Amino acid sequence: MSDSQNNSVAFVATEVIPQSPPPARETGVVKWLRENLFSSVTNGVLTVVALYLIYLVLAATLPWIFNGIWTTSSLSECREVLQGKTGACFSVLTERWHQLIYGFKYPADAYWRPNLAFVLMLVAIAPVLFFDLPRKLLLFTAVYPFIAFWLIWGGTILAPLVVFVGFVAAAVVFQKFGRSSFAVGFFGGIAVALVVWTVGGALIPDGASDNALLPAVPSRDLGGFMLNLMLGVTCVSLSIPLGIALALGRQSDMPLIKGICVVFIEFIRGVPLITLLFVASVMLAYFFPPESTVDLFLRVVIMITMFSAAYIAEVIRGGLAALPKGQYEAADSLGLDYPQAMRLIILPQALKISIPGIVNVAVGLFKDTTLVSVISMFDLVGMIRGPILASTEWNGVYWELFGFAALLFFVVCYGISQYSQWLERKLHKGH
Amino acid sequence: MSELMSDRAIDRSKMQVSDQVAIQISNMNKWYGSFHVLRDINLTVNEGERIVIAGPSGSGKSTLIRCINRLEEHQSGDIVVDGTELTSDLKNIDKIRSEVGMCFQHFNLFPHLTILENCTLAPIWVRKTPKKEAEEIAMHFLEKVKIPDQALKYPGQLSGGQQQRVAIARSLCMKPRIMLFDEPTSALDPEMIKEVLDTMIELAEEGMTMLCVTHEMGFARQVANRVIFMDQGQIVEQNEPEEFFNNPKSDRTKLFLSQILGH
Repeated sequence: MSDSQNNSVAFVATEVIPQSPPPARETGVVKWLRENLFSSVTNGVLTVVALYLIYLVLAATLPWIFNGIWTTSSLSECREVLQGKTGACFSVLTERWHQLIYGFKYPADAYWRPNLAFVLMLVAIAPVLFFDLPRKLLLFTAVYPFIAFWLIWGGTILAPLVVFVGFVAAAVVFQKFGRSSFAVGFFGGIAVALVVWTVGGALIPDGASDNALLPAVPSRDLGGFMLNLMLGVTCVSLSIPLGIALALGRQSDMPLIKGICVVFIEFIRGVPLITLLFVASVMLAYFFPPESTVDLFLRVVIMITMFSAAYIAEVIRGGLAALPKGQYEAADSLGLDYPQAMRLIILPQALKISIPGIVNVAVGLFKDTTLVSVISMFDLVGMIRGPILASTEWNGVYWELFGFAALLFFVVCYGISQYSQWLERKLHKGH
Repeated sequence: MSELMSDRAIDRSKMQVSDQVAIQISNMNKWYGSFHVLRDINLTVNEGERIVIAGPSGSGKSTLIRCINRLEEHQSGDIVVDGTELTSDLKNIDKIRSEVGMCFQHFNLFPHLTILENCTLAPIWVRKTPKKEAEEIAMHFLEKVKIPDQALKYPGQLSGGQQQRVAIARSLCMKPRIMLFDEPTSALDPEMIKEVLDTMIELAEEGMTMLCVTHEMGFARQVANRVIFMDQGQIVEQNEPEEFFNNPKSDRTKLFLSQILGH
């Protein structure tokens, strides 16, 4: 049969054509270049122009960076070494390193305390960020704020201890009564905590901080990037729960609660942060009893937290609105009560939808902590603008200092953004 | 409709209607704004009854069964479920909801939880069942709806029919005394409708009290002991399936039946 086919049907191929490599213009670098950079005349021109611009930027910055001086002790010495050549004066960073990180008044022999607090913070944050870690680590997370407070501010350990005991007492009361009645547990918990704090506060002797294990450091001595980190971490971790509460309050059927939440959110969103910070530094004192001196750090934390909580509440409201009504109905029809339905069904899904928005607010908040330099707190930017640029040695070193500040903030913010993308991928459940 | 009838014989030995009242609805009215959705509904459901509620869309049949577990609030009249009256008292509402299971048209599984977690959630948090025991119960009911091997998957990975069967299992895990079905097969492909109906038939065979809003008239003929026809918020006619289909009384029912059975 095959024979006859060979002879009679001339157009049937008798052998398989071997695979041959594609032409050079369709493979490898050449193909990539053609497709991506020179696919048309316009694209070709744009590519050349873009390459030229990149060259200009690098030609200006690379020599500046690589000729950088790291070892002199003032700007004038830098200029002598450089003798008119282009070059950065990075010595301001090595020389004023401690001031940039810790501020200029934090006692040098106590630098280990914020360092330790920072390392412990990584441990405390880990179980919150990565769910695979053992849940028992969360106990340390709960204790961490008090340890960190004691490490950074020093003084008597009794103060953070009393606050901690107050929280524990409130939690115990809530556990005990919150099951039968949420309101009794909630308000009972607050009342018990207030009692513990008042009694405990009265019991701490006046001179307790004088000979404490860790010498006390007042808030006005905190500064540098440490201050930015402290404000950022504290405010983000406080404003997420507050934002959730506000978002749920705004959805509430109870007109009074709904009204309070709407007014709060709309008012805070309508006011610039810098205004709130001025209120914190100057005016908030009027709202407290005359003899109480509420710490400036605390006042700023309250203001930034309120500010970002309002934004986070709006982000979460979007997430809540995106959930189909059926989820609420399914939770209801199974007999779950409101707190259970929220905690187990609604919030996990709404928060997942809101992750990009929340991260956006968190990153913005962290960068906004530099605004405290305006109300004369010496955070990283405050340190640069104040003590360092005002000194005779380093007057005029702008690029190096602000570039360094930008780099520090970029590293943290980029890390946060990468984490959130990882989290979104991880939480994706194929729906 | 005939191809959707179950091909197996139905075991009617346990399908007995007792004289215990499960649900008592009297003079119930409901409005959406100024629109009168349910008008003077009177309905008594005994334990073990299998009721199919039919009617054109917008006739209030879904609203009626959603009032029974208070997903919708009624404005006048009384609803007594299992001896507990539905009022705005949250304790009563939660009690009734844990006794009454419900399946939805769009399943409403919790997409962020596995199938097993979907089934154990309410027993653990509402009934305070220990986790281990809740998982055993859940696996028992998942086997019953024939998908135990999917227990660790997420709802998004299952077909529609499988999801609806999980939703039924999820309700059963609460050991409800009454099951409400709100168009359970309307969002499904024909071949999946059958697997869900088979599950519902099995449930009926075990003597569960069921109220089903459905357009599956084959199911109604085979399983129901009473068919209720609703139109414009009222119960127009109710009867045993044979009588209902072969000898409808009102003109509205005749028109409806000719429209859905006529082709």
